[in-house]
Amino acid sequence: ITEVCGAKRVGYFGPAQFYIALKLIAAAQSGFPVRIESIRNELPLPRFMALKNDTEVRYGTPAESHGVKFQVPHATLEKNSYKRTDEGDKQEPKSPPMSPICSPPASPSTYQRIPLSYGYGKARSGLEQQHGAPYEVRHSTHQQDGPSSGNYGAKSALTCSTPNRSLSVEREQQDSSTQYSDDPWRITEEQRDYYINQFRSLQPDLNAFISGSVAKNFFTKSKLPIPELSHIWELSDVDCDGALTLPEFCAAFHLVVARKNGYQLPETLPETLLPEYLQAACLKPLHDCALFDSYPEPLPSSQTRDFSRTEKSSAEEVPDNSALLQDGKKDDKQALKVSTTPLKTIPKEFQHLTVKAGKEKKNAMCYLHKPKLVSYSSTSIEDAMKKGEEPPTPPPRPQKSHSRASSLDLNKIFQQNTQAVRSGWLPPPPPALPPRPSVSQTEQSSEVELRPQMNRPPSQAEENSSAKKEVVLVQPPSKPARRKLRTEAQGLETPELSPTINVTSSLPAVKPHLPVQKQSSKQKRAIQTAIRKNKEANAVLARLNSELQQQLKEVHKERIALETQLEQLRPVTVL
Amino acid sequence: PSQCDLFCPQNYPLYIRSVPTENELKFHYTVHTSLDVVDEKISAMGKALVDQRELYLGLLYPTEDYKVYGYVTNSKVKFVMVVDSSNTALRDNEIRSMFRKLHNSYTDIMCNPFYNPGDRIHSRAFDTMVNSMMMQVC
Repeated sequence: ITEVCGAKRVGYFGPAQFYIALKLIAAAQSGFPVRIESIRNELPLPRFMALKNDTEVRYGTPAESHGVKFQVPHATLEKNSYKRTDEGDKQEPKSPPMSPICSPPASPSTYQRIPLSYGYGKARSGLEQQHGAPYEVRHSTHQQDGPSSGNYGAKSALTCSTPNRSLSVEREQQDSSTQYSDDPWRITEEQRDYYINQFRSLQPDLNAFISGSVAKNFFTKSKLPIPELSHIWELSDVDCDGALTLPEFCAAFHLVVARKNGYQLPETLPETLLPEYLQAACLKPLHDCALFDSYPEPLPSSQTRDFSRTEKSSAEEVPDNSALLQDGKKDDKQALKVSTTPLKTIPKEFQHLTVKAGKEKKNAMCYLHKPKLVSYSSTSIEDAMKKGEEPPTPPPRPQKSHSRASSLDLNKIFQQNTQAVRSGWLPPPPPALPPRPSVSQTEQSSEVELRPQMNRPPSQAEENSSAKKEVVLVQPPSKPARRKLRTEAQGLETPELSPTINVTSSLPAVKPHLPVQKQSSKQKRAIQTAIRKNKEANAVLARLNSELQQQLKEVHKERIALETQLEQLRPVTVL
Repeated sequence: PSQCDLFCPQNYPLYIRSVPTENELKFHYTVHTSLDVVDEKISAMGKALVDQRELYLGLLYPTEDYKVYGYVTNSKVKFVMVVDSSNTALRDNEIRSMFRKLHNSYTDIMCNPFYNPGDRIHSRAFDTMVNSMMMQVC
């Protein structure tokens, strides 16, 4: 069949080849000879059968396979899979999952790769056939698959591009396989697991929320246009509290993935994406719907925060900040394993900065946590991407300390600067790390725990995150300054910090004696990973910068609003 | 015929929706002039700033038979609603409830992290809510 439909000649299964192949399959199954002419007959839809045992075997590998074999050339994949078709007409692999693997553009955004590669994780077999393993339909076999496979052609025609089409086809397959329906809005098990992992990377406590800003950063990386992301948020944030619970997050993620695969966003949230529905499905395995118990507690606080954000100057936020700061500091030490519900509200507050009182100290401390969460999410994406690409590499720290001779000096400079600026603001450094400014250290310690696969001390990513944190810190200090018209003091700080930012991004964030141990064994690889991580860090920093600019704009607006309000209050006596 | 507008504190429009789309220009003009009245009332209300809601302004143009209602939030976001005077069935309570609904929808929009305050509002949920509300009025 492969030969007949021309795939072997062309080297891949394009739409034409694919359709012909399907027709030929149907022909073969109906007993017609496998020839081009037979497709002219009126054929019933081809029936696809699956080998159940094969699917189970492959279930074990989705984690590694996510995006792992992503770059495998399409042709080899196709050929591998389709060699099977020659052998067994009756057991036809579902080819659509194969074709998407090639179709994603050569340079997809790394984030995009994840849902795509995730989708291939679904098309698990597609990944295994690296080894030319028999590629069987993973889905349970049913006659219903017949009509659904017929739908593939129809639905394929609807989407605009090949990648999208094949992906949507694949998605339909996946969904139909497990749900016996063509509902693209159902979240399958693998998808759910993936979403939950992503949620965990943003927020370790599955019972807590992902704050709006964290989620925004995360979903912005999907490179969907902002209005669409806004709409997705509207759909998925059912309780409209500005934060995403686990089911809300799954729904949002699912919508993002669907949109990237070419589906139009629905006007209302599909039933299968409702939090209640998703909760029943996805939380029971994890916890006994304890989510609802945690709802009332964070909800009112977040609600009040939202309203204070929009409506009043948040006098209550300041005392909350102090309480949260305590939690946040503990989190620093314990590496954010604690439920970050209190922390999650901090970024929201900072985003809108209606804090009038904002003593500089408190604000600065709070800012500490905001950047942590910000970098948390951005590094989580990096982590996910990196994880997807390859097993985590050892940190390039040792490399760094030697490749850049000046790093030690810069360390000292950084220390001086930040200590001068931050003396008294930051908690004492955790004992495990050298006496660098606690800013970067707390980041490091948190990153250590955050990345379970990296058992080593802080890595390049941490350096990046510490750099990011510096970037973020640069901006926030200037905010209260503007409010209090103390730009001079802040202005001094920012230039001090900014030169160090670029430096810290390349700095090893670890003490000297640790690097020495590992340095000898991993130099070359470490250099390359360091370079890559630097680039990623740059991209992240650029993004962060633009976001901060945006926030700056908003804060400006708020300030103007408050000033006009003030002026309006004043002339009352005059009138 | 009626219209519903949302203005930000700087008095540029965040959202404008008219039910019958003809005569829209007249509505816009009406609304803009009413903004001045709104600002007047805000500054006059300076002492009792806690009372966030504003009473309807009454007939601005007796000839045109329009009633213009205003509403201001704590963050100085102004909602203006223009309704036909011929629609005498509309009572004050209904207007207030409509404003409350508008306000709630507006805060929901603010919860969306992808929404920047000061942007035009493109939220579909908001649109549907406003549409349904205005259908009731007309």
